[in-house]
Amino acid sequence: MRLVRTGAVLLRYLYLLRGSPARWLPLFVWVAIDILLWGFITKYLNSITTSGLNFVPRLLGAVLFFDFFVRVLHGVAGVFFEDVWSRNFLNTFASPLLISEYLGGLVVTSVGSSIVGLIVMLLLATGFFGLSFAVYGLMVFPFLMILFLFGIALGIVGCAIVMRFGPASEWFIWPIPAMISPFAGVFYPLSTLPEWMQVISRLLPPAYVFEEMRKLVAGSAVSMSSLAIAAFLAIVYIALACWLFTRVFRYAVRTGLIARYSAESVS
Amino acid sequence: MEVPVLDVKGLGKNYRDKIAVESLSFQVGRGEILGLLGPNGAGKTTTINMILGVLEPGSGSIRIEGIDLAKARSKALERTNFAAVYAPLPGNLTVRQNLQVFGMIYGIRNRQERIAALLQEFELEEFQNTKSGVLSSGEQTRVALAKAMLNEPHLLLLDEPTASLDPATASDIRRKIRTIVEKGVCGVLWTSHNMYEVSEVCDRVLFLSHGKVLLEGDPKVLPGEHGKETLEELFISVAREPLVYGGS
Repeated sequence: MRLVRTGAVLLRYLYLLRGSPARWLPLFVWVAIDILLWGFITKYLNSITTSGLNFVPRLLGAVLFFDFFVRVLHGVAGVFFEDVWSRNFLNTFASPLLISEYLGGLVVTSVGSSIVGLIVMLLLATGFFGLSFAVYGLMVFPFLMILFLFGIALGIVGCAIVMRFGPASEWFIWPIPAMISPFAGVFYPLSTLPEWMQVISRLLPPAYVFEEMRKLVAGSAVSMSSLAIAAFLAIVYIALACWLFTRVFRYAVRTGLIARYSAESVS
Repeated sequence: MEVPVLDVKGLGKNYRDKIAVESLSFQVGRGEILGLLGPNGAGKTTTINMILGVLEPGSGSIRIEGIDLAKARSKALERTNFAAVYAPLPGNLTVRQNLQVFGMIYGIRNRQERIAALLQEFELEEFQNTKSGVLSSGEQTRVALAKAMLNEPHLLLLDEPTASLDPATASDIRRKIRTIVEKGVCGVLWTSHNMYEVSEVCDRVLFLSHGKVLLEGDPKVLPGEHGKETLEELFISVAREPLVYGGS
């Protein structure tokens, strides 16, 4: 594996960002709007409840963490879509670039783009609504890391789906976070969900993160074993996602899909 | 004995029931330009895609400088490059940006010097900061050729490389590629429907029809051997009556 080839994928995205507001604005505009919206909602909830419960770290913090996860997922898929949109598969894959180098490039690029979103969200949430990451203490790092890993896994799965089923299937990828959020318990404890939904939740790393985050804010001890399960699941999903992408790539090479990708399907 | 830059043995590919390429065997030597000729659907692009590693052969083997493509794809492709009319570089990057990105992918040392030299060689200096997508098709072809030369490939695959070029530029490009090949390091597999071009530039040609080689030889003497005046006449005859030449 050569890092310079991974760097080429990153450099390509930086070039695209440089000249295109349509690409760099979404890095932070949507998450900023989300933080503003939920910031005012939490402010309003704080003003009408008499329990003295502070909704800022509970709801606004949850939105911030979930939006970070979404940015990571979209970060990976978005870089891949650039190759789809510019019909660049033949030039990219008829080169010495290894699949691991290509996926590495998608991940590195996503790290950069999601950090931009995270910084903007933090500035807004802290500056306007008084959210302090100190509430979460050092737990903020495992929370972010687990969400990051799961976002990477789902992003790679998204790339595999689009490679297999053609450019139009990108519409399956954008709603993935919305499909996950009810099961992840972003805003409510998992015990709120019916049993069958809780079974699915237990397979999703973000569900553990949000559950433990609520415990932490409520002053209870965080279960490290729960976070360890979440981290383990996220790593397993990354391995499965890479396996899936490699399998789809091999299928695409076997059938000629890569060479005639714009035709969407040769079958 | 010198290892050929490209050694194809018993190559075959089917798309369901349709045979695209059947038992194709040939070699390209250093300093040689081999023309791959045939009507549309003869299997030329399928063959090139298999050599580029983006299409898995159903049977047979491909060796680039002795390296088995199936076993060491990345290593084999490090010394290969290509340009094709159907694979323009991303239009949303400038010419220089495209060359930078692919220069990194191909692991070019002294990248800036190499890019500067190619921009000059393919007369692209004035377009270096222009997005590739807004260039004329001829200019885009020159960008694709510059990218194809980035790694000074030992095997160069050119699929109708001059199809979008005006006669003067096409002649210039042919001369450039001929000069590169004459250095004796690079071998070229060249497809074209321009028989004048093929006669001028290719040392040897293969006529394909329905995925099989029907004829092989020197493009300057091959027509005469088959009672034809020109290569174009021979092409038309092979395309219309492949059975006469042993085809199916």
